Amino acid sequence: MQHYVLRLFVAGHSARSERAIANLREICENDLGGHYELTVVDVLERPAVAEQEKVAATPTLIKVLPEPIRRIIGDLSDRDQVLVGLDLEVH
Amino acid sequence: MNQTSNTAAVGKAPTGIPGLDSVARGGLPLGRTTMISGTAGSGKTIFGAQFLLGGIEAGNEPGVLVTCEERPVDLRQNLAGFGWNVADLEARGLLGIVDLSPEPTEQMTAGTFDLEGLLTRITAMVRRLGATRLVIDSLGAMFSQFRESGLVRWELFRIAAALREEGVTTLLTVERDAEYGEVSRYGVEEFVTDNVIVLRNVLEWENRRRTVEILKMRGVEHQKGEFPFTIRPQDGITVIPLASARLTQQSSDTRATSGNSRLDEMCSGGFFRDSVVLVSGATGTGKTLMANEFIAGGLRAGERCLFFGFEESQEQIFRNARGWGIDLETKANEGLSHVTCAYPETMGLEDHLVAMKEHIEAFRPERLVVDSVSALERVATPRAFREFIIALSAFIKERRIMGLYTAATPTLMGGSSVTEAHISTMTDTIILLRYVEADSAVHRALTILKMRGCAHDKDIRRFTVDGSGMHIGDPFRGVEGILEGRPVHVTTGGEGEANP
Repeated sequence: MQHYVLRLFVAGHSARSERAIANLREICENDLGGHYELTVVDVLERPAVAEQEKVAATPTLIKVLPEPIRRIIGDLSDRDQVLVGLDLEVH
Repeated sequence: MNQTSNTAAVGKAPTGIPGLDSVARGGLPLGRTTMISGTAGSGKTIFGAQFLLGGIEAGNEPGVLVTCEERPVDLRQNLAGFGWNVADLEARGLLGIVDLSPEPTEQMTAGTFDLEGLLTRITAMVRRLGATRLVIDSLGAMFSQFRESGLVRWELFRIAAALREEGVTTLLTVERDAEYGEVSRYGVEEFVTDNVIVLRNVLEWENRRRTVEILKMRGVEHQKGEFPFTIRPQDGITVIPLASARLTQQSSDTRATSGNSRLDEMCSGGFFRDSVVLVSGATGTGKTLMANEFIAGGLRAGERCLFFGFEESQEQIFRNARGWGIDLETKANEGLSHVTCAYPETMGLEDHLVAMKEHIEAFRPERLVVDSVSALERVATPRAFREFIIALSAFIKERRIMGLYTAATPTLMGGSSVTEAHISTMTDTIILLRYVEADSAVHRALTILKMRGCAHDKDIRRFTVDGSGMHIGDPFRGVEGILEGRPVHVTTGGEGEANP
């Protein structure tokens, strides 16, 4: 199993933010078998980081590792799309 | 009821774009959003950058630029071409760049999203710098990054509303497909309905013609219609506001010499101090001579004189003047006169106008000559030429400069010039020079066709030219049709000069 480094950018504690966090945690546990490092960044608290990472849409998930770097925007409710974005097989 | 307090309710943010603030009656509505729409290459990005720099230069007002298309590194380089040191302004906290240029990394969508991240970045930058101006360049580039255009449209609406809360004056640039038609490609003007400015870049008669039009500006006064502008590498956009210039014209009763004492007599005392004189005639009739005498008369009176030559080189102009006993060169070396020459074809008419204004501002002449305006007419459409003459005439009148333009007629024997027809209403005095065939010889004739505001000699007079200049003589008698170029001898009985 590959090691995943993920960064999730959300805006505050909106329902959409909470949904994205919950959806991502579920996928991490069930499909990544716990081999991941997840950082959640609230852009409202850290706008400079958002600027540095050029995050415009929220939520934005950035798959830092394994390469290639990929951005998945949205609340991650489209589970199949997220799996494709993470280079995982869709069942 | 009270109109003045109504207009005062919306303040204006001066754009810093020369000429535009007079068209927009002060600038862009303060604290509001204005949309700049234009086709590719119409000058939207420069417009935005100049608006930000205008705030910085005028009042140290910091600005924020959201760049959705060009990368910041490219932007800094491109704007450096206009002499703007973007990196230095950033370092001094006067300019902030929010980078929304496309990322090379792959992006996909999995669920609903908003642009809260972007809004947060913009407001954070605005607050950090204390910015009062914001430019988003461009909406089209932003739309192309997200497939969900309906969602982006809604988010932009929210961003515009939030920025209004921040009190910043916002400029959104947006692409359009054609010079005339739909205001923008994305239907975004629906929510930014208050203020729309359109930049156009139309090809007319093989000439690029750039214009700016304020399509609407809610609740605030502005000038209607298209105004030409130019983009120059050294300083960006300059708008040429025509109508506003016309309003400020004054008139004067003060007289000054035409440079020829007989002509002064015909004008009952010389030209008016702030008037524009048009001298029209076929090639070789003596237009440039009259212009030279006009300059020489000014120099004798100790006035500073400026000569714009569009037909001959400086050396040729000096040589011509010497042939008539006028030493322009020495006066030029003494700094009293200045001769500047350019080929009409080297640039557009708007660029010529801006360059001429700069010469005038730098030299501060009391009289000036343009020899000839018909040479400039060759490189422009009738409308652009007319606008050029209006703008130049208004500019020199404002500065109480006496102007003399020469214009060439296309045919040797009489006939009116196209130039005359286009600009006669904008000049105060028109002098016609003609060849006349009479007594089996070609003579030269001069007449004052019009002179605004005073009585003048209405005769058609002979004149000769020699090494000491122009010598105006007696009127023709017994000849009609000189101005049309078809002199007919008539016998009036008694007046001796008509020949059988």
